Amino acid sequence: MNYNFHWRPVMKALPELLEAALLTLQVAALSMVLGVLIGLGLSLIRMHMKGPVRWLATTWVELARNTPALFQLFFFGFGLGAVGVHLTPYLIVLIALTFNNAGYLAENFRGGFKAVPDTQIRASRSLGMTAFQAYTRIVIPQVLRIVYYPMTNQMVWAVLISSLGMLVGFRELSGETQFFASKTFRIFEYFAITAVIYYVIVKIILGAASLLSKRLFRY
Amino acid sequence: METTSRFFSGFTPNDLWFLAEAAGRTLWISILSIGFGTVLGVFFGWALSVTKTAGTLTIAPILDIFRSVPLIIQLVLFFNFAPMIGLRLSPFDAGVIILTIYTAALVSNVARAGIEAVGMPMRRSARSLGMSYWQDMRYVVWPIGLRAVFPSWIGVALGVMKDSALVSVLGYVELLKASQILITRTQDTLLILAIAGAFYFALSYPISLYASKLEERWSQ
Repeated sequence: MNYNFHWRPVMKALPELLEAALLTLQVAALSMVLGVLIGLGLSLIRMHMKGPVRWLATTWVELARNTPALFQLFFFGFGLGAVGVHLTPYLIVLIALTFNNAGYLAENFRGGFKAVPDTQIRASRSLGMTAFQAYTRIVIPQVLRIVYYPMTNQMVWAVLISSLGMLVGFRELSGETQFFASKTFRIFEYFAITAVIYYVIVKIILGAASLLSKRLFRY
Repeated sequence: METTSRFFSGFTPNDLWFLAEAAGRTLWISILSIGFGTVLGVFFGWALSVTKTAGTLTIAPILDIFRSVPLIIQLVLFFNFAPMIGLRLSPFDAGVIILTIYTAALVSNVARAGIEAVGMPMRRSARSLGMSYWQDMRYVVWPIGLRAVFPSWIGVALGVMKDSALVSVLGYVELLKASQILITRTQDTLLILAIAGAFYFALSYPISLYASKLEERWSQ
């Protein structure tokens, strides 16, 4: 192997890379929060409503699930840019990730809602709860328990696809790595470290999720 | 009289053919990677299910790496690593290799779940009826396990098909890269993106619809 590895510049850039990793986590977490809220809404709309609103929700879910994440990113970046809506790279990544998360989570939630029998809603209604109360106190807690693991996977997925941000000029972990790599041409070394950082992030998320699930689902 | 010269030529029917060809390349790289990756993945899944602790300590962590690092990073790393060990790879080759390993990592989990979906009592009774290990695998585990995990395998396959868009980063002209080339020439960004999206949708949606129908039918 005729290649001299140079790790020193990479180590020097490590603080910046770790800072960028925080940005990755931030945008992924934010897109998850928004994705969960919108996904819940989409799945409820698809189950209870008719007409154009339902059609819109179905289109959203199917588009998010049947086109590549990179395509979605390009659409919100270059596509909207072409019609005069110029977003910052941060917003492009956040919107594309949220769009994607919401679509996938809506499908998961639908499965979760199906698993809670209708009789429970009727029982809680006959105990005097309003429909809203029945949903927020009886149904949604159970649904969240069912979709907890799919949600964890979606969070990991959000972190992984946020790496595509480097293609629209977003300086999260991958974008920052790309920036340093093209400055020094030490492409392999930089991306190797970045791969390690991503691996650690994913392990931390999975570890935290399993710790949290032990606390949340004690009963 | 035209006072300004135009750098950009509009979208022509020929370009649609260009995109269709690129969609064909997306399909081709996906079929290759999904095919190889599934064979490898089923093998790994089987290995994981027979070698309980040894497998969990050796193959599982390695496969786990490919699931925990973004595909785009894997592609860039491998594409830059290959020349170091004297391999001359085209973007297509590098793409197929990484997508195959990526698919294998995902399929190994699916295959393992499929094998473990077949209860031990059933497999013991197959063996006590005089079936050999491989007969038990072929006539008992395969049909039952396949039923249990076929929809999730389709999910993995569709995921890989969509993720193959990332090979464009290495310079392979698949559907998304082709659309970018056209956008640079025609400046019809929205139209071309919409067509590229429609191609992806047309490739993916019928299969995902079929999978969910199948899942519904089998769960009854």
